[in-house]
Parts: sequence; C-alpha cells; structure tokens
Amino acid sequence: MKYETIVGLEVHVQLLTNSKLFCNCSTKFGEKANTQVCPICLGMPGVLPVINEQAVRLAIKSAFALHCEILKFTRFARKNYFYPDLPKNYQISQFEEPLAINGYLNLGKKKIGIKRAHLEEDAGKLLHPEEEAYSLVDFNRCGIPLLEIVSQPELKSPQEAEDYLNVLKLILKYLEVSDCNMEEGSLRCDANLSVRPQGENNLGVKTEVKNMNSFKSVRKALSYERERQIKLLEKGGKVNQETMLWDEKKGITLPMRSKEESQDYRYFPEPDLIPLAFNEEWLKKIEQEVAELPETRKKRFIENYFLSDYDAGVLTSQKPLADYFEETVSRGGKPKLVSNWILTELLGRLNSRHLTIGQSPFTPAHLVELLKLIEEGKISGKIGKDILAKVFDSGKSPTSIIKEEKLTQISGNALLLKVVVEVIKENPKTISDYKKGKERALGFLVGMVMKKTKGRANPANVNKLLQEEIKKL
Amino acid sequence: MKIQELPAHQIHKLLVKKEISCQEVIREIFKTIGEKEGEIHAYLSFRDREKVLREAKKVDEKLKNGEKLFPLEGIPIAIKDNMCISGEKTTCASKILENFISPYDATVIKRLKEKGLIFIGKTNMDEFAFGSSTENSYFGPTHNPYDLERVPGGSSGGSAAAVASGEATVALGSDTGGSIRQPAAFCGVVGLKPTYGRVSRFGLVAFASSLDQIGPITKDVTDSALLLNVISGYDLMDSTSVNITLPDFTKSLIPQVKGFKIGVPQEYFVSGIDREVEASIKKSIKLLEAIGAKIEEITLPHTDYGIATYYIIATAEASANLARFDGIRYGYRSKNNKTLSELYEHSRAEGFGKEAKRRIILGTYVLSAGYYNAYYLKGLKVRTLIKEDFNQAFRKVDAILTPTSPTTAFKIGEKTDDPLKMYLADVFTISANLAGIPGISIPCGFSKEKLPIGLQILAPAFGEEKIFQIAFTLEQSLKK
Ligand SMILES: [Zn+2]
Repeated sequence: MKYETIVGLEVHVQLLTNSKLFCNCSTKFGEKANTQVCPICLGMPGVLPVINEQAVRLAIKSAFALHCEILKFTRFARKNYFYPDLPKNYQISQFEEPLAINGYLNLGKKKIGIKRAHLEEDAGKLLHPEEEAYSLVDFNRCGIPLLEIVSQPELKSPQEAEDYLNVLKLILKYLEVSDCNMEEGSLRCDANLSVRPQGENNLGVKTEVKNMNSFKSVRKALSYERERQIKLLEKGGKVNQETMLWDEKKGITLPMRSKEESQDYRYFPEPDLIPLAFNEEWLKKIEQEVAELPETRKKRFIENYFLSDYDAGVLTSQKPLADYFEETVSRGGKPKLVSNWILTELLGRLNSRHLTIGQSPFTPAHLVELLKLIEEGKISGKIGKDILAKVFDSGKSPTSIIKEEKLTQISGNALLLKVVVEVIKENPKTISDYKKGKERALGFLVGMVMKKTKGRANPANVNKLLQEEIKKL
Repeated sequence: MKIQELPAHQIHKLLVKKEISCQEVIREIFKTIGEKEGEIHAYLSFRDREKVLREAKKVDEKLKNGEKLFPLEGIPIAIKDNMCISGEKTTCASKILENFISPYDATVIKRLKEKGLIFIGKTNMDEFAFGSSTENSYFGPTHNPYDLERVPGGSSGGSAAAVASGEATVALGSDTGGSIRQPAAFCGVVGLKPTYGRVSRFGLVAFASSLDQIGPITKDVTDSALLLNVISGYDLMDSTSVNITLPDFTKSLIPQVKGFKIGVPQEYFVSGIDREVEASIKKSIKLLEAIGAKIEEITLPHTDYGIATYYIIATAEASANLARFDGIRYGYRSKNNKTLSELYEHSRAEGFGKEAKRRIILGTYVLSAGYYNAYYLKGLKVRTLIKEDFNQAFRKVDAILTPTSPTTAFKIGEKTDDPLKMYLADVFTISANLAGIPGISIPCGFSKEKLPIGLQILAPAFGEEKIFQIAFTLEQSLKK
C-alpha cells in the first residue's frame, strides 16, 4: 500500500532584541551562568513583567513576512507547569489571542499554511554535572523573547519539512528577526508527523518528534518516524499518540517516558499585562519594511544589476545589507564594483569587529566617493583598500584622508621619472635580464617603483616610463 | 496630647514649629511599641533602631538648617509584610518565606523614601493576605487594640493595629477583597483602597494580580490624602498602573457635601448585618442628609454573586502567583527529598499554611481543563456584571455609602473552623475590588462593647477626590 505523509512544524525562534521580553537584562549569548539576571526574570516575590516593544516589533515583522493576519487585540496568558528552569513556574505565553494567525510561506510553487505565531518567554537551562547528585540552573536564557511559529499540517515529506525550515530561516535572518542558529538553540523545532493510506481523507494518528539539533536531523528523524509508523500499520498495529525523542547517535526515535496523563497547562489571561492593540500607522510602517522578501529581491538583483547568483544571494541574506548595496548603487556606484567591494573588503572587516552592516562606519556615501576616486585615476585600487580601512577606523571621508596623508597618485612625470631612474640604477642585473628577453623582470622593476612611491604611482604609467628609460640606456 | 496618638499632619506642624524633634517622635513610638507590642503583636520584624534614629536625626538637622520638610517627612510608618524593602525581610507571614530578604525596593517604598518617611518595621498579616482576621499568620495572630481577645481584622491587621495603638503613625496595607478597609473598621482607623491602577503594585507580593491594590491606613482622612499623594502615580514597572494626571488629594479636604448625591444600596442592609452596625451607619446617613447631601436608595443587583465570583478569580490568580514558592531558588526547602517532585511537594506542603493550601487547590481546580468555562470564565462574566452594576449606580449618584463590615471585630478563634463564615466578613468590600473602584473605611461610632464601627464610601474609578471630600466632611461632623 502507498502511504501519504503529513507533517506540521512548531518552530521557536529567539528574537534578536538587546534585552529580554519582560525585563532589562541583556540577551547576550555565552555569558557566565546567572550573570544576565535580575529579580524580574528570576521570579522574585513581588516583581511584574513589562513588555519589550522591540520584541513585539520583530514578532509583527515576522508575521507580515509570513503573510499573517495581525490580530487587532492580542493578549498574554499564563501557561502553568512546574520545572526548575521556569522561575515563576508559569511561562508567560499566548493562548487564545495570539499575535498573528492564518499566514503562509512560499515553498517553491506551494504555499504552506501558518496556523499562528505568538510571543512567549524562554526558560532557563538545567545543567547536570556528571556523577553528581544535583543539578544546576542557569537563568541567563530565561525571559529571552521567543516567537513560536506553528505551520499547518501541510508538509508532505521529511524533505519538504527541511525545505520549509530553510526558507523560514532565510526570511527571518534577512529581516534580522533571529539568527536562527539551531546548534546554538536560537531556533528549535518540534514536528508532528502522521501517515495515511493514499486517498484516505481522515488524518492518521500523529506523533510528536522532539530533540533534533539541525535541519538535517529534522529530515532524518522524520524519515525514520515515517518508516516506523508505516511498518507498524502494515503489521496491523496502531500508532500511539505520543512524544518521540530523536536519538541522533543511533539514528532512531524512541518514545519519551509516557506521562500518566496529558499535561493540563491551565492557561488563563495574564493579569499583570494589559492586552495589546496596535496603531494602524505603526503596523503599516512595519509592513512596508517587509514588502519585498529575500527570494524576490535576489531575483531582482540578478536581473537588474547583472550580479552572479552567489553574490546576489549573499547581498540579500540580510535586509540591511541589501539596502546598503542599493543605496550605494543609487548614489552612482557601478553595481558589479559595489558588490565586489562589499563582499571582498567590507564584510570581512565588519565580521572581525563584530559589527553589523547597519553599524558600519564606512557608509554607502564613502564607497561611492572611493569608487569615483579610483575611476578618475586619482588613486590606485590598492590604495583604495587602505583608504577603506582608514575610513573604517576614523569615520573620516576618503577625500579628507587622501589629503591628510597625501595619497593621491603621482601624476607629474618629473617626480616619477626620478624614481624610475633611481630604480634602474640600483638594479643593473635585472635590467640586463630584461634586455636578454626576460619579460618578467620588468614586473619586478614596476614593483620596486611602486614600493618606493608607496603605491601612489599609476602602474601603467610606471610601466611605460620604465620601458622608455631602458630603451635610452 | 501624646505624640503616638497624633495624626501625621499634626506631628508635622509640631516639627516645623520645633516644638518637638523627629528623634523624640521616633522615641515615643519605640516607647509605645515597648509597652504594647507584647500583647498586640502588630509587627513581624523591626528595622534596626540605630538606623531609624539616624534617619530621624537627619530630619532634625534639616529642620535646624531651616530647610523645608516634605509633608510626611520624618513620620514613622509601618509596612505590611508583603511589600519589599531592599535588605529587609519580606515574609508574607509565611513559613515558606520566613528568612527571605528582598533584593529590591517596591515602587511605593521608593516613593516613601524619596519623601522622607521613616520605616519602623513590617507588620503582621494573614499568610499571603489570605484571610480577614490576621489569624492565618504563621507567626501567630495580632490582637485588636480595643479588645485583646478580638481580631484586628485582616489581612492588613498588623498595620491597622499598629496605627490604632500608636505603634506607628501611619501604615501601608494591601487590599484584594477588603484587606485594608475591614481591619481599619475593626481597629477604628481610616483605610483607603485606591482605584485599581492608582498605586503601583511593583514590589507587592501578588495575591490576586487583577484585584490587589496598596493603600494607606491612617488615623484620619487628612493623613490618608497626604499618604496617597506620596504613593500614587504611574509606574513604568507596573503595566497595570494608569498614566493620568495626579491631583493633590489634600485639595479635596473640604468640609462640604451640599449637592452631593449619595447612594445607599438596599442589598447591603439585609440579613446578617449586626443591628448596632446598621444603626450607626444610618445615623451617619442622617447626619450627611442634615448637612446638605442628597441620599438616594440604589440597587446593586449582583451583590449576592460577589463572594463566589471573588473566590474563583482571586484563587485562580493566586494559584499561579504562589507557584514560584517552590524551594528551588529561595525560601523554605524541605530536607530529604529523593526526587524533584518530592522537593516540590514537601517544600510546599510544609511551607504553606492551611488557608494558603486551600486557596491554591481551589484556584488550581477552577482553572483545570473541563472546569475553566464553568468557573473561571463564568466568574469573569459575572465580574463584568458587577462592574456594570456600579456603572449604572454612578450614573445616578456621586458616591455610595455602606457599612464596611456586617459586624464589629469578632473573637479570636470564633470563625477559624468555618472558612465560609470567615469569607462573609468581606461581603461589603469585595465588590469594589471586582469593579476596580476606590473605597474608604472611616470610623463612624462604637458598639455598646466599645468596639469601633466602620463606614465605607465608594466612588467611581479615579474618584478618590469625591471620597476624600465626603469622608472628611463626615469625619468633622462626627467629631462635633
Ligand atoms: Zn532580568
């Protein structure tokens, strides 16, 4: 018998806010345990949550990108359960009035429905020291904003599930909503999977699969789980509605120790937070920011600017980066050159300083100015790179740096001639090599001249002068 | 007159006239505490006396230098033990927080510090404010200064007893269903529950978040207005606090009620009300009428559902609010636990008192799958109806006048075996919390047994000014 697979995904992404969802603590990753905490996120007696506007903005931005309907009135709810990583023993989440509902994500030509997207706070982390009879809790992560995105059960294969995650990541990274790093835990994914005989209308019994730590392992876990369910049904068995844990090492899913009964979270409206209602104009502004999604923008970059698929892909991986590129082009930069300079010179420098493109001291105006100076022959490309570095460090404009450091090309031939003659005198052996027909020897001489002029000479010019002078010998 | 019997505004006058020093005021309070605390037990902890006297000395130096004092600067204040003062214990009268020291100041505490009030100590209460008699304290009950065999009311019984006995000049309480007004009535002092959102709840250990409000307990209406001036106002740390312009409440202390329409709800004068209480309230109604107020009989038809609604909503919220007391990060932790769930179960079973457990179980039940709609959701709907009752009434009248409690202070132990009977002590105060409106209790007379009787005035949301004007006028007229 042929079986059809049905998958729904529940994705949690950490939002890229500076502070936590309900307090001012930093969200920085990898800090010493329990240093990013305060009475509020530790659930001390008497504290109250205050909503972080930036988190709401990012959530709404994502919701627009996923074509969701933003509810006019959204509310938080308490989800009650006891666990040591949850200081209040309830999680502030959303239940009956989520932020957004009924969206979709384009997967090739298919639309995958998004059931809902809502905001909630992350929990802390339990640490189990080996061979000790106790556990420790790190609350640094506790209270970091999460966006939960629940898809409709419309994915038809493990591969489609992986594709969905890739597209989702592309969008959320592009919008700088989340860095979606599954290994670091900034994206987490649980999956529901069921199978049914082809042609059957009713859904089969689903299981929930947890504990996958990469997109690939989501696909592998779901493939395993699909086969497991099909084998079970073919043997005449039944699928139990239960939670399965993926064991990455063994490559199998195993049932989580079944709880005696299903958890009752006793949701009720959070009385410490007032419901949110959004200003139409505010919403419109956010909607405009997500008007063009990365896939469309990439296509446009390839078609309009004649960029390679790879270059266009990198430039449109983050919205601010794509904006930077287009601003430079709109100020007169040649697209291909602009792209090269951004990709080979600017990004590396930003990365090594841990800066985002938005924080770059080297602005589109600077880049246009620099490209113009090179084009006019006032500086060489090599000097251009040094100037970029200097602008980056000082924030001064390229022109003012050139003035300060006298970096313009030596255009007067008198000065250059002096150096050329000098170099010829100093390298008699090379000259004779050249005369014997060793073409490469000339390159060495050009290099010497460039070195003496600290790169300020025009190489073509030097080449010409050298040849003329050697002929005169 | 003795300093410990004076209201704050009179002490302020004496301080400014340099007839007494702030240190003398504090020493008088300490002396009173020495004499009375043994039998009253209003406090759970005291601040270091040296520290307190040093603060008083600073006030005296300010006076000596001719600097102006804030209206309540140097006034000794007692704080209910469910509000956090940085570095001081906050026990909520519970074993589970017996040794808990707060790492931060509540917003009200910050505001009191800014205006120079001097904290004496933290007062006794029903555990986590669950009760109407202060008998549910892990540290033993407080006794009513008017009759030591009787309760001071609750849950802010310690604060009310401290002000009534002169162990503090003013105090803060918290009111979730009458916990400021009812003990004020039982102890013959003035207790105000402000409009929900008027005073920041940040740093108040939550009982029922949608009902809790902090308010002043004072010797008279003037002090009440002065203290509300200090503690009220929008707070960024409390999303439910309301951002509106703050009046100077002392401007409403005008002895004049001509033209005021005052409603008397018929539902509040039926069964169960003590005859003496009824007579005393009716006397005050006559008095108000005689000085120009218009009295109108009104109806609040959903009054009967108040208690049931309250105990559903309040316990539901409490069951979640108290979940954080689990023995993991702070507070009492039971020993010898083999598993995580044993740690939770034992710590909470041993750490919470009987009434706390009763309310947690009740609240957990009404939120459970299958019961949520029948209880919690229905409770919310009835709450809306009760609010609507008041909206209707306030279209006709400026304020509503009722008894604060159906009886005067009852004997210690009299109702401890019957929680339902105990819950009825709040029957007249609960609706104001459900509706979010302000209410005050002022003394209006005494029973034959020399027990104080309290009268309650309710006004529309953010109508504290009306309350102060009527209460002040009545207070002045009753003195004559
Ligand atoms: Zn925090």
